[in-house]
Amino acid sequence: MESKLGIDFNKVEYARGIARKIADQVQDFVNGYTTVAVERTLCRLLGIDGVDANAVPLPNILVDQLKEKNLLGEGVLFFLGSAVVETGLSPQEIAEMVAVGNWDITRGHFGSREQRMKALQPYMEASIRRIVANRKRRENYIATIGEGTKPYLYVIVATGNIYEDVVQAQAAARQGADIIAVIRTTGQSLLDYVPYGATTEGFGGTFATQENFRIMRKALDEVGEEVGRYIRLCNYCSGLCMPEIAVMGALEGLDVMLNDALYGILFRDINMQRTLVDQFMSRVINGFAGVIINTGEDNYLTTADAVEEAHTVLASDLINEQLALLAGLPEEQMGLGHAFEMDPMLENGFLYELAQAQMTREIFPKATLKYMPPTKFMTGNIFRGHIQDALFNMIGIWTSQGIQLLGMPTEAIHTPFMSDRYLSIENARYIFNNMRSIGDEVVFKQDGIIQRRAKEVLDKATVLLEKIEREGLFTALEKGIFADIKRPKNGGKGLDGVSPKGKNYENPFVEMMLNR
Amino acid sequence: MSGGLYSTEGRDFNQTLDLKKIKPYGDTMNDGKTQLSFTLPVPAGEEAIEAAKQLLKKMGFENPQVVFHKELTEGYTFFNCYGSCVHTVDYTNIYVPKVESTKWDMGETDQFIREHIGRKIVVIGASTGTDAHTVGIDAIMNMKGFAGHYGLERYEMFEALNMGSQVSNEEFIAKAIELKADALLVSQTVTQKDIHIKNLTELVEMLEAEGLRDKVILACGGPRISHELAKELGYDAGFGMNTYADDVASFIAQELDRRMNH
Repeated sequence: MESKLGIDFNKVEYARGIARKIADQVQDFVNGYTTVAVERTLCRLLGIDGVDANAVPLPNILVDQLKEKNLLGEGVLFFLGSAVVETGLSPQEIAEMVAVGNWDITRGHFGSREQRMKALQPYMEASIRRIVANRKRRENYIATIGEGTKPYLYVIVATGNIYEDVVQAQAAARQGADIIAVIRTTGQSLLDYVPYGATTEGFGGTFATQENFRIMRKALDEVGEEVGRYIRLCNYCSGLCMPEIAVMGALEGLDVMLNDALYGILFRDINMQRTLVDQFMSRVINGFAGVIINTGEDNYLTTADAVEEAHTVLASDLINEQLALLAGLPEEQMGLGHAFEMDPMLENGFLYELAQAQMTREIFPKATLKYMPPTKFMTGNIFRGHIQDALFNMIGIWTSQGIQLLGMPTEAIHTPFMSDRYLSIENARYIFNNMRSIGDEVVFKQDGIIQRRAKEVLDKATVLLEKIEREGLFTALEKGIFADIKRPKNGGKGLDGVSPKGKNYENPFVEMMLNR
Repeated sequence: MSGGLYSTEGRDFNQTLDLKKIKPYGDTMNDGKTQLSFTLPVPAGEEAIEAAKQLLKKMGFENPQVVFHKELTEGYTFFNCYGSCVHTVDYTNIYVPKVESTKWDMGETDQFIREHIGRKIVVIGASTGTDAHTVGIDAIMNMKGFAGHYGLERYEMFEALNMGSQVSNEEFIAKAIELKADALLVSQTVTQKDIHIKNLTELVEMLEAEGLRDKVILACGGPRISHELAKELGYDAGFGMNTYADDVASFIAQELDRRMNH
């Protein structure tokens, strides 16, 4: 590929090679550990679902018992396998007995490793088959009714009530949206469990629950058939329940998931060990389920300076790419995030933005890049905000982004009205159509502002990656290398849910999913 | 659409400015011209337009005009409208409580603190409750500040700690006690279903229960916060849109001086 920016792709490959080494270091750590969230994920993959009389999810009940007895490291499959061998009951029946106090999940173990795995095999296969069927369902829809052209138009719904979300989501699809993201209620990322059932109360968003996923999936399939375009559903497997939400999404046919440990570490103060272990499992699931992940680099620059710190976004994208590849996630499913929240009043800011978007496109040619206009500089002046969003739409079409997160003119005022979404979609469709081929037509001046900016960002990103490789990602995060935010390795939320793997530990799903 | 490009409406109203009876200004004094947009849960059509016009009349608009409408999805129609407002407001009789302090820049505030307080002022800030937005508290506290207004961390005479987002009121108070904070800053961005009111009220109640309320300067901020609301909730000050670190810093310095020295 010839670079419109005069980028030296040997430099890119060098940077990528360093990112690989950084990712390998992280993976060496990840391989030795499990977490409460990973174990709950395994429960769900064995078909365990539902809550007890106090609304505590059954996977939490099982895994909490292991944790209390310091047996988390042995893994829940060891104990569930034993119980199935002993009783001949299903994992769900055993979990229900544990929930009412009729069974101690840690009461000893039965059978050989082979017997335990054989006893669990039918349940594991059932989940795998269901996820494969969902993937085929999506592929079949795209082959028959088709899908929108890229950049996919991504809008959010956030009423707090899943049934009201359905009305908003279907309206958005009819107006031209390709991806509906159901924003989660404020604070869900810090819950160490996933609520159960359909929900109608939330703040700034709607609870991610498996039932809510199912309700929205059905609604989007209906409207997709109506408009003759497959409508993708997006949710958030970030926070303390990353892999659990990934598996729920895989079981219910979600298409896009926010999935970024670095984001959780920096912006939610989630412990880095916990969330990197969780992230690996969640990405294995997302990769297998054909789910596009979105990463949150664009958020770094809400706190750090967008002009000075642009290279941190590229460095993080490169690390995120390698971590995703290690989890079996193909490049096409990588929605690396990369918008730069520069002050709109900056002279030539549009040129820098264009340079960086084009640079990201060229460095990750196959990725379904996620591009997002700035929210930090939305002021309540809805008229100017609408124009800011228009400028970002121009860059989106110009640089062939994969997913365009549509800004709303009323950002910073309220969660979108139905009409806000309409105006934003109209804005994007107008610009995408009117400027469709501009990227093929316009070249950049040699050594002009745009070319120089891209090269500068790449060079600075490479220097940063070299530094991170020397120190390791954990230490780099402790020093506040991204977003000017420092996070201690042993601080933050969720560390007590991490355990080294014990001698009986089993998680055959990683292999099953990576090798199919 | 009536009126066309050039307005031919009669202008047989008094065009003198009267501050006792102000109304919106389009291009002529007292024309009352107002633009607004809304969505009605009905299908597009003549009836929908008529419904919008009747609603405008009930809102107090004469000559209601629907200049654009579009069915957003089946059964929901969006309108852009204009009308002339019939209502007036007495501007001469308005009282808005404001933060009663003089706004200084960073140098002036630091200088004042050196002279009048004689030590650094300890301030902690957080976006409390489940609110995950740090943009507000960052703008006030971080070194870099926002829109050219340096944050409190940059001031020589402030010892500023930004605890970030999703800090529980318990944690926040514990940190205030630990650091012997002079001032507490709470940022609230998410206001859906008035969650910020609940959260802000809870903090005041907890501070009172701990006997700390009078020992600290307590301020809150956010896009939906006004000084009036803040006072109502038991805060010393509230900082809304278009206020910056300078406003907050000057207020804290002057208020602490008032409490210590007057």
